[in-house]
Amino acid sequence: MQKEYTVTVYTEDRIGITNRICVIFTRRGINITSLTTAETEIPGVYKFIITVISEKEKLVKIVGQIERLIEIHRAFVHEEDEVVYQELALYKISTKALQNGNIELLIRENNARILTITEDYFVLEKTGHQQELIDLQAKLAPYGLIEYSKSGRVAIIKWSRRFHDHLKELEQQRPDNLKQATYSEHTEVSAEEESI
Amino acid sequence: MQQKDVLPMKPEPAEKRAAATAAPLNITGSEAVIRSLIAEGVETIFGYPGGAIMPIYDALYDFQKEVHHILVRHEQGATHAAQGYARTSGKTGVVFATSGPGATNLVTGLADAYMDSTPMVCITGQVAAHLLGTDAFQETDVIGITMPITKWNIQVTRPEDIPGAIAKAFYIAGSGRPGPVLVDITRNAQVAKFDFEYKKCDYIRSYRPVPKLDPEAVAAAAELINNARRPYIFCGHGVLLSGAEKELIQLAEKAGIPVASTLLGLSAVPVDHPQYVGYLGMHGNYAPNIMTNECDVLIAVGMRFDDRITGDVSQYVKQAKVIHIEIDAAEINKIIKADVAVHADAKTALEALLKLVKPAKHDEWLQGFREADKQEEEKVSKKELYPAEGGLKMAEVVRLISERTEGKAVLVTDVGQHQMIASRYYRFKDPNTNITSGGMGTMGFALPAAMGAKVGTPEKEVVAVIGDGCFQMTLQELGTIYQSEIGVKIVILNNNFLGMVRQWQQLFFDKRYSSTEMTNPDFVQIAKGFFIPGKKVTDRADITAAVDEMMSHKGAYLLEVVVEKEDNVFPMVPSGQPIANIRLE
Repeated sequence: MQKEYTVTVYTEDRIGITNRICVIFTRRGINITSLTTAETEIPGVYKFIITVISEKEKLVKIVGQIERLIEIHRAFVHEEDEVVYQELALYKISTKALQNGNIELLIRENNARILTITEDYFVLEKTGHQQELIDLQAKLAPYGLIEYSKSGRVAIIKWSRRFHDHLKELEQQRPDNLKQATYSEHTEVSAEEESI
Repeated sequence: MQQKDVLPMKPEPAEKRAAATAAPLNITGSEAVIRSLIAEGVETIFGYPGGAIMPIYDALYDFQKEVHHILVRHEQGATHAAQGYARTSGKTGVVFATSGPGATNLVTGLADAYMDSTPMVCITGQVAAHLLGTDAFQETDVIGITMPITKWNIQVTRPEDIPGAIAKAFYIAGSGRPGPVLVDITRNAQVAKFDFEYKKCDYIRSYRPVPKLDPEAVAAAAELINNARRPYIFCGHGVLLSGAEKELIQLAEKAGIPVASTLLGLSAVPVDHPQYVGYLGMHGNYAPNIMTNECDVLIAVGMRFDDRITGDVSQYVKQAKVIHIEIDAAEINKIIKADVAVHADAKTALEALLKLVKPAKHDEWLQGFREADKQEEEKVSKKELYPAEGGLKMAEVVRLISERTEGKAVLVTDVGQHQMIASRYYRFKDPNTNITSGGMGTMGFALPAAMGAKVGTPEKEVVAVIGDGCFQMTLQELGTIYQSEIGVKIVILNNNFLGMVRQWQQLFFDKRYSSTEMTNPDFVQIAKGFFIPGKKVTDRADITAAVDEMMSHKGAYLLEVVVEKEDNVFPMVPSGQPIANIRLE
């Protein structure tokens, strides 16, 4: 069944790695709906958080193909309830709108905050799940929304141990160590597999 | 002009090779490339010079004793030659090419090597770093182009990064599931100097080429085998790549298991071995295909269930428990769900399995294969191998070559009907004597691959069996064969058609032979132009003597055999259909 999944990929810092990962999705005709990447707590190791609408079975295979790449440490596919995630949106609105008392209420009710105000416009920021951000966009539209920009997903995996523990283990096990592939389900976690 | 057999390169004494890597030396990036290759034990390079790689070729000029460079006639030829070399010698093939068109000409060979897991390191020249992205003369984004068809690639823009990149390239290409790797070196990095030091790479933090064997998985596999009534082994390319032929045969003998081979697994088990039951796939043997849906335990070793083997997956091996021994985790459960996945190198896994498997016999089960063989023999093989009348058959030519060489020659095949016929009827004796393009099915593969195979194993006879269409895709390599005195035997099976496509047109397109008939040149005359002797045979009466003459000739020789014009390869599993629908006629 098609639905939204979060794919997380731990990589080495290397030019072109985004390309290498994206090509694997492209080849199977899967559209990436959002992609966020940043350095993790371990220097030199990056985490990609990718959201896609696809089928679990397909994604499990894709994750296997991603893990095959040389600079990839691990890759996982997660159901929505396996990650804690947020997205961020910025809204640029005409300053004139502030003369309308309703907008202040709207900002409070939606836990948004004002980042900056100029003579012509002000910028709102809100974090939340995608639908909340889209809903706020719709509510702000009548007040003269000039521009809207949303980030990709930032996610924490509920069942993960700290990744650098895993890296330390790898270093200790050198050279005969193992990327313990979980064949059937990357998301079914046994105690042994808890270390990313 | 008389040719000599190609002589094996005599590598320099170890101390001299070691001296080439003595550190530190203040040298150019180009010299560092050559010294790095020497440190990796490279003796042969297939390549083609050009502007962006000239400094490397200039450095090569001083190392002609240590490194043997073979000048090809097209970069695609270099890649296939490197593949042939790698697959017969067990070493990593090395290719040099220049930037732009030189680099783009590598694409087909890289894709082929990637599909067939062949270790290869391609080094390409690139325009200077300051010109990158400016559409400079002969600049192309070779890294972007080759990303999906290489196991790894890297662009080097500073000389001090060259040794590390080459060390990583060799480690990645040759370890785990092997594959092609490309190192793109900008011209400025080739000419600048630095203090050279070389350290071999044996560890990359994010790369685990050798999986740790899971004893529980092996025990589960052994239990399935010990309780099986109709066990069945599939031998894939991974068996040859890990050098597990002996262990595979021991397992088959100990537990009385029939063994079938994939196209790239051919030659791992001698064809005349009592446990061997034939060749799988669309045009494989009847018995091994039809019996797939009869087994109760399938042991797939180092193979990936290509669609040419499975046919319709929904009706494939549903009745059996599947044990999949595979080094590449991404292949497990990709096509066929494994009941027991043994993520390991084939040799390691089979060694462990051998200890746990109990001696057994399954004579009745094996006999079933022999019965099915009789049907194929009656309906197909006899007529193909021993035709009484009509034009020459591809199969009888292959049979004669097989008999004359006792199945010990390296058989290099191109792609199409002749490939399937040769794979079916050549009686392989020794491992790594079958060189062909499997996954990609690259027409034009055989001639350059045969050159590489001969350079990789100069002591063996190398026979290339090529179709008339395929030959014309890379025939320029006759120039390489002549210049480098490579003693390959070339057999063109000429039916004046793109035979396999014509066969499909006949069977599935109402005989509408759209653009498949070929008006061919005089192949023997062409060979003559390259100073390679040859002969053309059209009559059955002359074929045995012609094969003898070819095999007795010292050096390269071209034999053109005009075969039946509209012959078909059978058995055949029509594309996308279940294997049960295999046709014998």
